[in-house]
Amino acid sequence: MLTLSGISKHFGGLQVLEDVSLTVPEHGIFGLIGPNGAGKTTVFNLISGLLVPSAGTIDWAGRRLDGMAPFRITRSGIARTFQNIRVFREMTLIENVLVAMGDHSRDNVFRLILPLSRFRDVEQREEKTARELLSRVGLADKARLLAGTLSYGEQRRLELARALATEPKLLLLDEPAAGMNAVEKQHLMNEVTRLDESGLSILIIEHDMRFIMGLCEQVAVLNFGRLIARGTPDEIRANPEVVEAYLGRDDEPGSASGANLP
Amino acid sequence: MEWLESFWATYSTLVLSVGTNVLLALSIYLTLACGLLTVANAAFMGLGAYTAGLLTINTGTPFLLALLLGALVPALVALIIGRPTLRLSGVYLAMATLAFGEVVRIVILNAENLTGGALGLNGIPQLTGWFEVMSAVSFTLYILLRLARSRVGRAMAAIRQDEIATELMGLNVRSYKLFVFVFGAALAGLAGALNAHFTFFISPNEYGFERGVEILAMGVLGGSGSPWGAVIGGLLITLLPELLRGLGHYRPLINGVILIVIILYAPRGIWELTRYVRFPTRTPTAN
Repeated sequence: MLTLSGISKHFGGLQVLEDVSLTVPEHGIFGLIGPNGAGKTTVFNLISGLLVPSAGTIDWAGRRLDGMAPFRITRSGIARTFQNIRVFREMTLIENVLVAMGDHSRDNVFRLILPLSRFRDVEQREEKTARELLSRVGLADKARLLAGTLSYGEQRRLELARALATEPKLLLLDEPAAGMNAVEKQHLMNEVTRLDESGLSILIIEHDMRFIMGLCEQVAVLNFGRLIARGTPDEIRANPEVVEAYLGRDDEPGSASGANLP
Repeated sequence: MEWLESFWATYSTLVLSVGTNVLLALSIYLTLACGLLTVANAAFMGLGAYTAGLLTINTGTPFLLALLLGALVPALVALIIGRPTLRLSGVYLAMATLAFGEVVRIVILNAENLTGGALGLNGIPQLTGWFEVMSAVSFTLYILLRLARSRVGRAMAAIRQDEIATELMGLNVRSYKLFVFVFGAALAGLAGALNAHFTFFISPNEYGFERGVEILAMGVLGGSGSPWGAVIGGLLITLLPELLRGLGHYRPLINGVILIVIILYAPRGIWELTRYVRFPTRTPTAN
């Protein structure tokens, strides 16, 4: 269970997040939505350790995450994908996945002096797992291509496979459906549902409302760095404050209805 | 076998230089492969040369032990300065390592009682033969090739391409950087120790800025995609001046032109170029 309590973040005079408290349950799919610039990605950067909160604490399975090195946070079971795709473009797909795989704490040079046969055994075992992960996101046939040659949607799927390779308990997806066509989106929804069924906890930032409303059990809404609503998709859809954040206030009373929200 | 003897008499220094320069190129390959622009390798080479040279002259330390310590001392120094400097990146890291190199040169210059100062260190026993150089180069190359193909090599390439993504995959980026920096320093020190024991004489100015740039040129010329790139770079930078002897004073010019051409038309170095020519199936348009 991930708990953000009273999180604030400012960059100089710019207040990006203000007193955000949020609990992501141990199971299920949790959505984080909000207009552009609301601070959603900042929340992800705080959780994954790229940023340190100006105030407040982040707790994860009994440990304090704020101030912990990002790689330790990943090893503690939190993996993420990126809004602006960050695959290793000059590596093959399988290498991309292999980078994220395995017990990094055992990485050391002395393994290089292992007999060649044992060295290869380990490598082969890891490659098999990497291939399975790639086929899970439908990229197995492209395993030997360079990641930079993939389409936008495929790169997003590769990022998902790479994140899964770290064996996470909580998965942070930052606009996973951006740039995907309708078919790819459907596949992604199915895959996220399957991940949910396998017991993973998932936190999604997404602009595609059909995606969010169809998948999430709980949704939180950020606007200008503040949490303005939280609830089931239906509650969110009917919340006048959320509608206002997305569509603006209407001068004529009564005409702003939740029905406009997709 | 007579021709071999006369060849060796004429070219032994050149052959041994090729070996030590390849070692130096491999030392900079390690950091370049991680995307780190460091220019301290000349200073680490100097530390290795002086450590080993002083040991064999003054204490009669066995050659092998002197070589080992010639690699170990720069590695220890790299471990100490690596923690703070490797927080920097890009040109800032280059500047910090450059400054460190100057510090080392000036310390050697001024520690006259120990190092002989500007007069240099004279009378280093000529103990380096082709066997020592060849074993050092082939062992290093073997380890680095294994490294490049292992998860450590993959991690290095990942760090070069996207440091933040690598860190968020659970890899301790800082310790990887420190590892390549220290390993590179040890190799440069070993090259310096070997080099000192066939040139008879060393002086602080050999390990200054120019040497640093030369080492960097070897790494860039060959390319940091594979240890083989460093081997090519080391070979070319050592042999070119010899091959271009006929050009007389224009030699440095040709050297510069070649570097410019490489950077313009093959920014990833010669090795990457040959890979694309020889294995067309691995180009991005494959499949």
